[in-house]
Amino acid sequence: MASDRGTSGIGPRKGERWGALLVLVALSVLFLAPFGWMVSTSLKHESRIFTRPGEPPQWIPTTERTDEQGRPLVTWQGRPGVDLGRDADGRHTLLIGDEQVQAWPEDFAVQQRMGLHWENYARAFEMMDFVQNLRNTLFICVAVVLGTLASCSLTAYSLARIPWRGRTALFFFCIATMMVPYQVTLIPLFAVYSRLGWVGTFLPLIVPYLFGTPFYIFLLRQFFLGIPQDLSAAARIDGCSEFGAFAHIIVPLSKPALATTALFMFLFQWADFLNPLIYLQDDRHYTLAIALQQFQSQHESAWGPLMAMSTVITLPIIALFFLTQRTFIQGITMTGLKG
Amino acid sequence: MTTSERRHLRNGLLFALPYLIGVAAFVVYPLVMSVYYSFCRYNIISSPVWIGLDNYRELFFNDPVFLKAVYNTLYYTAFAVPLGLAFSIGLAMLLNLRTPGVAVFRTVFFLPSIVPMVASAMLWLWVLNPESGLVNGLLRQVAGIDGPGWLADEHWSKPSLVLMSLWGLGTAMVIFLAGLSDVPQALYEVARIDGAGPWRTFRHVTLPMLTPTILFNLVMGLIGAFQYFTQVYVMTGGRGGPVDSTMFYALYLYRNSFYYLRMGYACAMAWMLFVLIFVCTAAVFASSRRWVYYHGE
Repeated sequence: MASDRGTSGIGPRKGERWGALLVLVALSVLFLAPFGWMVSTSLKHESRIFTRPGEPPQWIPTTERTDEQGRPLVTWQGRPGVDLGRDADGRHTLLIGDEQVQAWPEDFAVQQRMGLHWENYARAFEMMDFVQNLRNTLFICVAVVLGTLASCSLTAYSLARIPWRGRTALFFFCIATMMVPYQVTLIPLFAVYSRLGWVGTFLPLIVPYLFGTPFYIFLLRQFFLGIPQDLSAAARIDGCSEFGAFAHIIVPLSKPALATTALFMFLFQWADFLNPLIYLQDDRHYTLAIALQQFQSQHESAWGPLMAMSTVITLPIIALFFLTQRTFIQGITMTGLKG
Repeated sequence: MTTSERRHLRNGLLFALPYLIGVAAFVVYPLVMSVYYSFCRYNIISSPVWIGLDNYRELFFNDPVFLKAVYNTLYYTAFAVPLGLAFSIGLAMLLNLRTPGVAVFRTVFFLPSIVPMVASAMLWLWVLNPESGLVNGLLRQVAGIDGPGWLADEHWSKPSLVLMSLWGLGTAMVIFLAGLSDVPQALYEVARIDGAGPWRTFRHVTLPMLTPTILFNLVMGLIGAFQYFTQVYVMTGGRGGPVDSTMFYALYLYRNSFYYLRMGYACAMAWMLFVLIFVCTAAVFASSRRWVYYHGE
């Protein structure tokens, strides 16, 4: 029985399984289509991004076919030909067989062959100061992750492993603060930071995390509680200091929970939008997320570079997912259920 | 107090010291100030001026945009949260049938939920583009109909956001999958012996066993939906258009704070949001005694 633990009671009847497989494949196509559209758009030539009336969506990026002299090959009324150029009114002269024809751009089609246009990526990199933005994002991510690991694990240790009076009250207080929406503290904090002259620097994005985040304190506390208390008692008898027990016993045993904390904090900071939006004012300080949004607000229809940059921001996250799949899924279920 | 008790107290406080300082500076102090500002006219440049309940009075009696923002937020919540729950349970059930390739499917459904919000908002803005977007393009190609203007149309803008939110239900789905794997197999055996069909097994075994997970996802979904911000900020350039149809609560709060510099007013809004979230979660928890089933109680 243990082998099929977890299969639902609907049963392994063969017909149903195949039906389910069909539905799953169809749904997968729906879920993947936006990704496909993003990558496909990011590799299209500018002229192919906006569909012309009556054309179906184009999935495969293409490039114009030309003859040996570099003239575009066209199709006009079903007949192949060459585009000789266009006049001042925008009308093209086409060479169809031996005769020359005048045609408006909507009356003929330029022949296409598959071709990837990486220049969207190059354009986006140039226009956004990509390297600087990436450096800013990574700096904030790393600082926040390290700060969170240190402060949250120390606090969680205090709450889970040191029997002091008041720790239960502090724990419930910590949980209660999670109920408060960030909007409530937003403005007083902004007022403080602006008085300190921190607005426009990375400090408001990093400093608060050096003092612990309730959610991860909670997560780590639950994990620390699961480590046998005997270990701590034995360490104390051996004359180990409290910090020694923390550093040499609890931390090494808590790698999965610490990894989850680091991973989720990194993801959150990588994608965080609101805080950089409020506190970063100079484009030299922008993170990738905010730089992408600013770029979009200035170039609303530059969909090629926009999709290129969206792909670039998303890829590391997807790569991280595949590298850390187990930590990832365990982390979600740990935060979701065991809490 | 014995020596060891005193030592524990000292160590406990010492280890929690960063957090205690942080909580005072980044939680308690701002909370108190936020209450105070909510009774003030305050634009951050000059000092706050006490105006009593004026901010709250204006919210409810003199600000149609605020009421619109409440309506929009409730509308979005009322559709996105239940639909999200239903679809994520459905997907989890399908995956739980252990078809070939289940790991691949699980990854496919999960991935959208980890795409950075700015990127996914940008992506959907383009997918839902009325002329050249993927959705209307496919509608034209497959069904031969002209799709709506989606985000450009005030009647379709909120449904568009709901649709987009369903793409990102991966986290809830993974939590439901874990919940499903905790259902004891014996219950299914009993149901089978009693001759229950698939629907009745789902209705009377799976669903009751999932209710604690539903409660968790419901509460998280509600809190998230009430604070919906990033996607709509990116997709409407921070304007909440067209015709305020996507002016959500958190967006209007942001605009009051940083566009109109009405910081006191925004604090009053923040406290009303807190009340709204608190009342809704409290109501859900109160009702949960009647519909959440804890196995083994």
